[in-house]
Amino acid sequence: MSGRTLYDKLWDAHVVRDNGDGTALLYIDRHLVHEVTSPQAFEGLRLAGRRPWRREANLAVPDHNVPTTARAAGISDPVSRLQVETLDANCREFGITEFTMNDPRQGIVHVIGPEEGFTLPGMTIVCGDSHTSTHGAFGALAFGIGTSEVEHVLATQCLVQKKSRAMRVTVAGRTGPGVTAKDIVLAVIGEMGTAGGTGYAIEFAGEAIEALSMEGRMTVCNMAIEAGARAGFIAVDDTTIDYVRGRPYAPTGELWERAVAAWRELHSDPDAVFDREVRLEAAAIEPQVTWGTSPEMVVPVSGRVPDPAQEPDPVKREGMEAALRYMALEPGTPVTDIRLDKVFIGSCTNSRIEDLRAAAQVVRGRRVADNIRLAMVVPGSGLVKRQAEAEGLDAVFREAGFEWREPGCSMCLAMNADRLEPGERCASTSNRNFEGRQGAGGRTHLVSPAMAAAAAVAGHFVDVRELGR
Amino acid sequence: MEKFETFTGIVAPLDRPNVDTDAIIPKQFLKSIRRTGFGPNLFDQWRYLDEGRPGQDHSRRPLNPDFVLNQPRYRDARILLARENFGCGSSREHAVWALADYGFKVIIAPSFADIFYNNCFKNGLLPVVLAADTVDRLFREVAAREGYVLTVDLAAQTLATPDGEVIPFEIDAFRKHRLLEGLDDIALTLQHADEIRAYEERRRQEAPWLFAGVEGGR
Repeated sequence: MSGRTLYDKLWDAHVVRDNGDGTALLYIDRHLVHEVTSPQAFEGLRLAGRRPWRREANLAVPDHNVPTTARAAGISDPVSRLQVETLDANCREFGITEFTMNDPRQGIVHVIGPEEGFTLPGMTIVCGDSHTSTHGAFGALAFGIGTSEVEHVLATQCLVQKKSRAMRVTVAGRTGPGVTAKDIVLAVIGEMGTAGGTGYAIEFAGEAIEALSMEGRMTVCNMAIEAGARAGFIAVDDTTIDYVRGRPYAPTGELWERAVAAWRELHSDPDAVFDREVRLEAAAIEPQVTWGTSPEMVVPVSGRVPDPAQEPDPVKREGMEAALRYMALEPGTPVTDIRLDKVFIGSCTNSRIEDLRAAAQVVRGRRVADNIRLAMVVPGSGLVKRQAEAEGLDAVFREAGFEWREPGCSMCLAMNADRLEPGERCASTSNRNFEGRQGAGGRTHLVSPAMAAAAAVAGHFVDVRELGR
Repeated sequence: MEKFETFTGIVAPLDRPNVDTDAIIPKQFLKSIRRTGFGPNLFDQWRYLDEGRPGQDHSRRPLNPDFVLNQPRYRDARILLARENFGCGSSREHAVWALADYGFKVIIAPSFADIFYNNCFKNGLLPVVLAADTVDRLFREVAAREGYVLTVDLAAQTLATPDGEVIPFEIDAFRKHRLLEGLDDIALTLQHADEIRAYEERRRQEAPWLFAGVEGGR
């Protein structure tokens, strides 16, 4: 018999019962809650007269609707305000811990989980949010769920799940300078397509993945869903354990030692067999820029906007043509000729301290180009913001002409006031370039923080490796 | 949840791959704290010529005449024919609520994104996966004949075309069962409450750090 994959180990440890019909009742260790996908779930509990099964397994935070400008006056949009107030009221009623909007620990749900040690290796972690895959960076089984399942987890601490197939994506060798976790994952999505991971749980492996910091690993796992996989994860190693040590909710003392011993087992066995293997050479990966309206529509910064005429599959060709119309781009245009209107550095993909350091390093001593109407930095959490300010990064950004904002999801999906106007073109460190994602008619190009910062300075895309620093 | 048995409805073709949940229901409508009322904003960006806002009177907004659901022959469609990777992106169940609230009962595509697919079954919406070439053929047949209807028989796992052709489809037994019976998932799981407690007891011994929790973090 062959060995077990990391996915097998995580799955097996959480099976409460095998339902005998291809599904299992899976125990959920941690549930993150935000204001957008939870109100109907709490309402469902109320209507059925149910209480949370284990309320201390939950942590709530408002992030999608919160303003990123001064918060003393509260939220001006009454509909957004009601949603955030509803979360506050539900958490009070059901006894769930919440970092409210003005709590210094408030931030994007996928930033604060790891930051607080609420996310730990070996756990099952869910949230009514597709980017829950982020937490897989810790050797955890983490995936997004719909609101009906949010209610199910609240009521039972379990989910009925069908096991996915196992895929391993190996990024072999080391990346070159200026190539980041974001570029790795965009290259993976470009290779696999946005449906390539559908039905799979993806383990990211290989030297280039092992070399990443925890923050880089979170960026990679965050976008597993953009390759179609609900869950992406990475084996536990010293990097993982060093990151978790000393976090507010991490175990301590003798419990810490026991936990670490268990976490050391969280890797695929050498003889484990995967249903599918994908391999990329890290050295071949350049900084990436998306050109279309799906994350798979991506090219290296040295490349050109592709020509649909070269695409043999008619459905794909029509998709490319529609994307080029929406993006107002001509086939064959060099990526570095694409001029921008706005720059957004933030989101659950790229708003952690290392992301802000990387962007600040590019920006330091430079100015945002005149054609950029707005360049903004939105830290992932209050604690990230405080750390950045302690390092003087806020001053670097401000002096260059960036706006320095309060934490939240912000212009990744534009549920608050931060958005693109119709026709505006944005270099964004977020995760989705869908039509209208950042504002109706807005045009999004996904890039790494360093590439976004370089684009802000140049006014168009540039190869960050050629910026001379 | 209402039981799903057989259903006959007019088919509308949405001929583009990778239709994401942002397109199905744009973000400004996710601010609702209710489960209903999303139908008028289904495909809002494609369906209307202006930009939609929550709470407005949608019946007075200018319709995009080119969008398929606005064409008179598809106005009463209750089955949506779609392309690869339908429902990708955000986990928002609001996308399913919008499709169901609009009146769709069945969506046919060569593939669906996992979270969307799962959400459908929680709301009595049946996603049917067919081979890409079969879907291709259905697109041609729908275009060729106004008022094209399909009859879906979930128990038999078949679609019947107007010409009497019967097309079988695959579906997980447990999903089919729950949809046919209209079962409440939470009530079913709570029948196993003792097993959940026994699991927790065992795990508390094996891995006590998992149960430290976050009480008092407020």
